[in-house]
Amino acid sequence: MYNSIAQMISIAKECKVPPWQVVLETEMILSERTEEEIFARLAERYAVMVRSAEKALETPQPTPLAGLIKGIAMTQNTYAETGGISGGFINKLMARALSCSEVNASMGKIVAAPTAGACGILPAVLMTVGEQCESSERAVLEALLLASGVGRVIMENATVSGAEGGCQAECGVAAAMAAAAAVYLYGGDSDTCANAVAIALMNVLGLVCDPVAGLVQVPCAGRNASQAVNAVISADMALAGMRSIIPPDEMITAMLHVGRALPTDLRETGKGGAAATPTGCAVYDGLFKRGECAQ
Amino acid sequence: MLSIFDVTGPIMIGPSSSHTAGAARLARVARALTGAPFTHVSFGLHGSFHDTYLGHGTDKALLAGALGIREDDEALRDAPALAEAAGVTYDYYRATLEGVHENAVEITFHLDSGKTFSVIGSSVGGGQIVIQRVGNFQTEFTALLPTLMIEHLDRRGIFSEITHTLSEAGINIGTMKSTRSAKGGYACCLVEADEAIPPEIVEQVAALNDVYSAKAVNAV
Repeated sequence: MYNSIAQMISIAKECKVPPWQVVLETEMILSERTEEEIFARLAERYAVMVRSAEKALETPQPTPLAGLIKGIAMTQNTYAETGGISGGFINKLMARALSCSEVNASMGKIVAAPTAGACGILPAVLMTVGEQCESSERAVLEALLLASGVGRVIMENATVSGAEGGCQAECGVAAAMAAAAAVYLYGGDSDTCANAVAIALMNVLGLVCDPVAGLVQVPCAGRNASQAVNAVISADMALAGMRSIIPPDEMITAMLHVGRALPTDLRETGKGGAAATPTGCAVYDGLFKRGECAQ
Repeated sequence: MLSIFDVTGPIMIGPSSSHTAGAARLARVARALTGAPFTHVSFGLHGSFHDTYLGHGTDKALLAGALGIREDDEALRDAPALAEAAGVTYDYYRATLEGVHENAVEITFHLDSGKTFSVIGSSVGGGQIVIQRVGNFQTEFTALLPTLMIEHLDRRGIFSEITHTLSEAGINIGTMKSTRSAKGGYACCLVEADEAIPPEIVEQVAALNDVYSAKAVNAV
């Protein structure tokens, strides 16, 4: 049983197993399920993740609600083929994260990871890093298991709610989960996974939740793309040998404290940040006061 | 203790676990409690459910749930068309409910029999719900476990008859709580079980002396 990242890593080292094995064994005890059953549930979730990360790449999603982000995934995907400034890998990664956000906004099927608003980060990182590392499907599911274990520690000890901790608690936590998964897929050891978690959280500390018109679209979609990037660069920094001066568990607590210190206007109320700009307010008025958001 | 599937999951229709997935689940549980055909359903939206329902598809999610559509079924966004096809009409209004969460709803089914039946519940985050009133009874359950709701007369020995019926059917009772209007009056008993409660067992409980009604909500 692990209740912190430090515990997860120390058990893994003691038993000479990869950290996902520690997550698996704890889940087997808690849920009274077998390894096969747990991997089957992971595979079911991963299949939905893949579909949501691909669905909007070729076709803009129907938007029964306000279409503030309609077509963004396809645009990014087309651009990814040119390589852009940051290269094909980063651009494809972002396109996939945007696809999940677009599918989510259009009332399509997604996997909350850890929340619906942050549903693009883990799929984009698992798929794109998995491709780059030529990982087997089994290895990708092990990485998903590890990421879920990291998320579980954060959910137990801090928060993954935007209303409680801001966007750092949603997209930031997803980035920390995905950073550990990326390190694992690249072949990094447990300490490197832990460092990547701490670095990703440090990079996102303080990020506010400020949805324009209260909708899970802007800036949520862009934050899914940018936090997927945070996950892979944090993994790269850790793999290059950067040790986080602050341990991951202390960063998790710091994230919680920063979240609580944020004024409520910046915690999913749609009353601060981008939502409170003149244009953000005009978008709100346009959609709701004139009743154009219906159907 | 959390499961990793509370972190990576649920599989759901977007955009919001509390405003969309939780709303659909609330209405689906309410439908299961109703257990009778209906022609019209009214949704009284409280708090944030009312303020943001259009932007989060809460309206479609609630209607979908009332039609029995699951929160991970993409048919959810076609709920208005499906309701029309099923001959079900619906309406939404602003409600002010007491003692509920910020995201709460009162769902009233207008039954074919001419009667109405209402359920109040809250969506408490991550797609999880709490049912807080069924008909006239205050209650509190999450519907994560198979749940049996029994309205009965408060009299000596009735619980042993209920528990006997369940144990004979191989059903283990996880939790059980009961409230009554007065000594010897009208009472309501809520059982959460580890096994699904089949319709024939619900009927057996309903047929017990001094039991007015029994309703089960299984695996929703």
